[in-house]
Amino acid sequence: MKIAFKLAYRNLIGAGLRTWLNVIVLSFSFVVIIWLKGLMVGWDHQAKNDMSQWQIGQGQYWHNSYEPYDPFALNDSHAPIPDMFEEQIKAGEMVPMLYAQGSIYPEGRMKSIKISGIPADQTLLKIPSASLDTVVEAIPAIVGASMAHSSHLEKGSRFVMRWRDSKGTFDAAEVEIVDVFSTTVAQIDMGQVWIPLDVMQQKLLMPGEASVFSFGEISEKPAQLENFKLKSFSELTAEVDEMIKMKSSGQSVFYIILILLAMLAIFDTQVLSIFRRQKEIGTYVALGYTRREVVGLFTIEGAMHAVLAAVVAAIYGVPFFIWQAKSGFTLPMDTSEFGMTIAPTMYPVYSMGLIVSTVLIVFLTTLVVSYWPSRRIAKMNPTEALRGKIQ
Amino acid sequence: MNNFKYAITLLTVVLFICPVFAQPTANTILDKVDANMSAENMIVESTMTIHGRRASRTISSRTYSVGDKKSFTEYISPAREEGTKMLKLEDQLWIYSPSTDRIIQISGHMLRQSVMGSDLSYEDMMDDRKLTDLYDAMVIGSDTIDERECYILELLAKVDDVAYYKRLISVDKQRFVPLKEELFAKSGKLIKQTSLRDVKKVDGRWFPTVMVYKDMMKAGKGTEFRIDAIKFNQDIPEYIFSKAALKQ
Repeated sequence: MKIAFKLAYRNLIGAGLRTWLNVIVLSFSFVVIIWLKGLMVGWDHQAKNDMSQWQIGQGQYWHNSYEPYDPFALNDSHAPIPDMFEEQIKAGEMVPMLYAQGSIYPEGRMKSIKISGIPADQTLLKIPSASLDTVVEAIPAIVGASMAHSSHLEKGSRFVMRWRDSKGTFDAAEVEIVDVFSTTVAQIDMGQVWIPLDVMQQKLLMPGEASVFSFGEISEKPAQLENFKLKSFSELTAEVDEMIKMKSSGQSVFYIILILLAMLAIFDTQVLSIFRRQKEIGTYVALGYTRREVVGLFTIEGAMHAVLAAVVAAIYGVPFFIWQAKSGFTLPMDTSEFGMTIAPTMYPVYSMGLIVSTVLIVFLTTLVVSYWPSRRIAKMNPTEALRGKIQ
Repeated sequence: MNNFKYAITLLTVVLFICPVFAQPTANTILDKVDANMSAENMIVESTMTIHGRRASRTISSRTYSVGDKKSFTEYISPAREEGTKMLKLEDQLWIYSPSTDRIIQISGHMLRQSVMGSDLSYEDMMDDRKLTDLYDAMVIGSDTIDERECYILELLAKVDDVAYYKRLISVDKQRFVPLKEELFAKSGKLIKQTSLRDVKKVDGRWFPTVMVYKDMMKAGKGTEFRIDAIKFNQDIPEYIFSKAALKQ
């Protein structure tokens, strides 16, 4: 076996440029696959982390009628804050939020929005609600950068906001933007205007009411209350998992093409080797090698492409991976309007499992592709092979 | 001396009390407006011009209505809207779209959406409750619109579930036709304005033939509703006000 590896190594190095071309193509597959998979893992970590910090904490309670994708249900999604939450809200472990449909009229343009009320003194979420504690002549409001961009708003902008109170009566008031925050969580940015919760409760005739609660580390989490239901962290982030699963399956096509290219080159090399090295095969058999051993020798030779490729990939891939993990990959398009939590710059995360599984998959595929053409050797007549007769 | 006292009393009555009797109350004015504007039934052919920021769209329709409770509208043009029908029975509204061949009931918050992109909402069309049941009305002054003397009526909500907390309606003093209506939010902000003009006598009653609805917070010229033909008290077959008629 040791001789088989030695021979295989010698033959490979002896083949010169052809080997290195194969190795470079295969190493490129290694690097790209690990990098893209790392990017997906990084996105998953980042999206869930950002959602937790900006929007959902460790989980949420939703009003029974609340459905984030049904704006028509918004105005019915409110109920008095349950007594058992009062203590957690006071302790800063829970943030009540109130939602309603509304319209804003910046510069005479009408835009339907979601009015979101949040306590100015909350610190659980990263939404800069403290800015809502500003005294201005209008209702103080904060918006996300994407909302500000799409509605041509900036700090200091004033416009009319219209809504209907809980009885259905129209009301309208001037609103002033006191802060614009930048977040990757589109669900709290796009089409939303955040105002102080107490002002919203008063204006919409919903005193002491809320639609959704985000909570941090709390001990007691009943699954169902009279008007609210528990939404766990995994339920709330299932959307991110789905998105990443979908993206990953889309990327597999790319992986398959990359591996196919490399495998095609290795397959071609193997076929050529068996065709051109018939005398050598005959000699091995004449020296006492069984046909299975000769097949093994050629298979190892082919599979060693993957080993060399892994070494080459490590030489230029490791510095590349480290650089990417530090600097990140900035998407070449504007992701703010995707409606998903996607940071403009994603930082890949490489786990040992990811690297080992990728190396194993590529190595096993190379092994199969090397073995496939080598099977012909078993059918060869050793005397004719020794004479170099093409079979 | 007695004659002088009598003269003073008479003058007081003439100057102060008679005008009170001469000026009808707000509710009387609203009743007269109702009597003038509503009929047992009517067939209206109209065009609605929706002025957008860049372009305007004109939609023609024919509406059959019986009182405030039943109405059936069929859109005639443009080709994109042709065949779309809308049926209102009491507080329910259905829309039939020929492109999908489906009847959809508009309910709940969908009623707050705009009708064909206009400044009117379905709800504006649906609210058939009497103004006097919803508002406390009073005459607060006079105005002149298009050279017509008008009473200005202020209506303040007396029930909770009204869309507009305050309305100001200018009613022609002689013809009892509203010429302007302003709808206000609770905060006092003017939300919508309706201007009614080109008042014509049709079958013995005065009727405005052009109405311009304007969302006052939005830039633009609003939505113009022009009545091309109107017939009162016709024989409208009952089957028109059925869901089956929507698909015909």
